[in-house]
Amino acid sequence: MRVRRVLAIAKKDIRIYYTKGPVLISGLLLPVFFFLAFTMGREMAGTQLVAGLIGMTLWFTATSISPVIAPWETRDGTLERLVSAPITVVEILLGDIVASATISVSITGVATAILALVLDVSIANPVLLGVGLILAAIGFSALGVLLAAVPTDQTSNVMMLATLVKFSIIFVSGIFVPVADLPSWGRVVAYGSPLTYLVQTTKYGLGTGDSAIIWLVGLLFFFIITFSLAVWVHRKTLPKRL
Amino acid sequence: MAPPAIRVENLVKRFGDLTAVGGISFQVDEGESFGFLGPNGAGKSTTIRMVTGVLRPDAGAARIAGYDVRTDTDAAKSEIGIVPEQFNAYPDLTAWKNVMLAGELYGIPRQTRKSRGTELLRSFGLFERRHTLATNFSKGMKQRLMLTMALLHDPAVLFLDEPITGLDVESQHLIRERIAELNREGRTVFLTTHNIAEADRLCDRVAIINRGEIAAIDTPDALKQTIERTRAVEVSFNEEVTLDTLAAFSTVDAVEKRGDTIRLMTPDPDTVIKAVVNFAQEENLTLRSLQTLGPSLEDAFTALTEARQ
Ligand SMILES: Nc1ncnc2c1ncn2[C@@H]1O[C@H](COP(=O)(O)OP(=O)(O)OP(=O)(O)O)[C@@H](O)[C@H]1O
Ligand SMILES: [Mg+2]
Repeated sequence: MRVRRVLAIAKKDIRIYYTKGPVLISGLLLPVFFFLAFTMGREMAGTQLVAGLIGMTLWFTATSISPVIAPWETRDGTLERLVSAPITVVEILLGDIVASATISVSITGVATAILALVLDVSIANPVLLGVGLILAAIGFSALGVLLAAVPTDQTSNVMMLATLVKFSIIFVSGIFVPVADLPSWGRVVAYGSPLTYLVQTTKYGLGTGDSAIIWLVGLLFFFIITFSLAVWVHRKTLPKRL
Repeated sequence: MAPPAIRVENLVKRFGDLTAVGGISFQVDEGESFGFLGPNGAGKSTTIRMVTGVLRPDAGAARIAGYDVRTDTDAAKSEIGIVPEQFNAYPDLTAWKNVMLAGELYGIPRQTRKSRGTELLRSFGLFERRHTLATNFSKGMKQRLMLTMALLHDPAVLFLDEPITGLDVESQHLIRERIAELNREGRTVFLTTHNIAEADRLCDRVAIINRGEIAAIDTPDALKQTIERTRAVEVSFNEEVTLDTLAAFSTVDAVEKRGDTIRLMTPDPDTVIKAVVNFAQEENLTLRSLQTLGPSLEDAFTALTEARQ
């Protein structure tokens, strides 16, 4: 793996795909509206609210463009250029993840600072919060990249699949209701969701909850498993795109 | 001795039931300019895409400067510059950013990227337009941009898939000149075309490919003669005539009867037409039709393919 080539891919992604509108729109507006619609009129603790919003913002930003880069490149023929260059599938996918994670962490970071100010919530452990965001961002981005392995040149196909996955996971991730308040089957499902891990670390970073390390390890594992899967599937489907 | 620039052995590619490339072999020496001449769907692009490591062949192997494209992928790819058939630079990046990206993908250091990029963009007349998005370029400019990108890492072997087709006259001229120049500088050039004149102008040797098979590999001159030989005159009379009489006309190589019409193969249709008209007058025959055919690449491909079997 050559870092420079990974960064070259990431830089290209950021320049092309992330300067387009959809990221901001689906990354910021969506979670806010979505969240307000569900929390309106309900009593929620300040940290649960902030942690939920942060979690959703990162979730939406990290999975907004990452699934469509590959179909996009298939359509434009630029994928053929990448494939003919001395660069591996691992390097290309890592580049896409670095781009997606960089953008989503930046946007979510700013959103967090604003939220903390507006809602007067103090951030007890900013370092841990930051580490959680970064680990979650690469994991969520890897999920987006995995979804992109569907061998199509139609972004809408992948978008549909991605939306389905994104929304289903939100509902089982202890965002609207703390995991502890869920029925036991709900808790089992929630503990399978990486978004739950992020909300838990974020809550800890904001000064509640009793431990974060297990959630951080969970996020790391989620990344490793998802990324390995993404590389494996992309290697299989890549020839179908050319 | 240095290994050949390109060595292809028994390369096969199938798409479902269709055999796009049916087990071809050839070799291109270092510094040679080699053409792949064939009609639409012959398998030219598919061959390039296999040789450059984009498509995985179903059988066979390709080596670039001795490196196997499948097992020594990075080493082989680093030796190659490619201008594909379809525009494939990033449309939403400027020319400059595209060129820099091309350099980064091949691990070219920043300073080299910048200086070579500047030099190449200038030589292709694009430097002034370097901050324009590639999508806003004309076809000719896009092609020049792709050449710039293909050359940034200073490859030893250049693959050009129909580099001249469909361009404006000025770009055609510029690109042709540059291809010849790059070859003179010692770079190996592999190009595809369906134009014999183009192959003649730019190539030392030409392979004729049809339906995924190489029918012949020869110098453009020799192949041109073969193709010239596919010229013919087609004639029909109001009465039966003996073919032998017609076959005896000067410059007629062969005679074929096709229904009512008779086809006279000849490298020199002019002489034959005059002879036919004279013959008709002398024999008091009525000419129902008279026309010249070819030279036709298609016929040459068929003739060559048949000759080989
Ligand atoms: N990805 C693909 N899937 C299915 N069939 C393909 C694919 N690529 C090429 N073919 C078929 O393989 C054959 C050879 O195609 P190829 O593009 O190599 O021809 P070519 O010589 O480059 O023709 P042209 O002069 O039109 O560019 C054609 O019949 C084409 O339709
Ligand atoms: Mg072609």
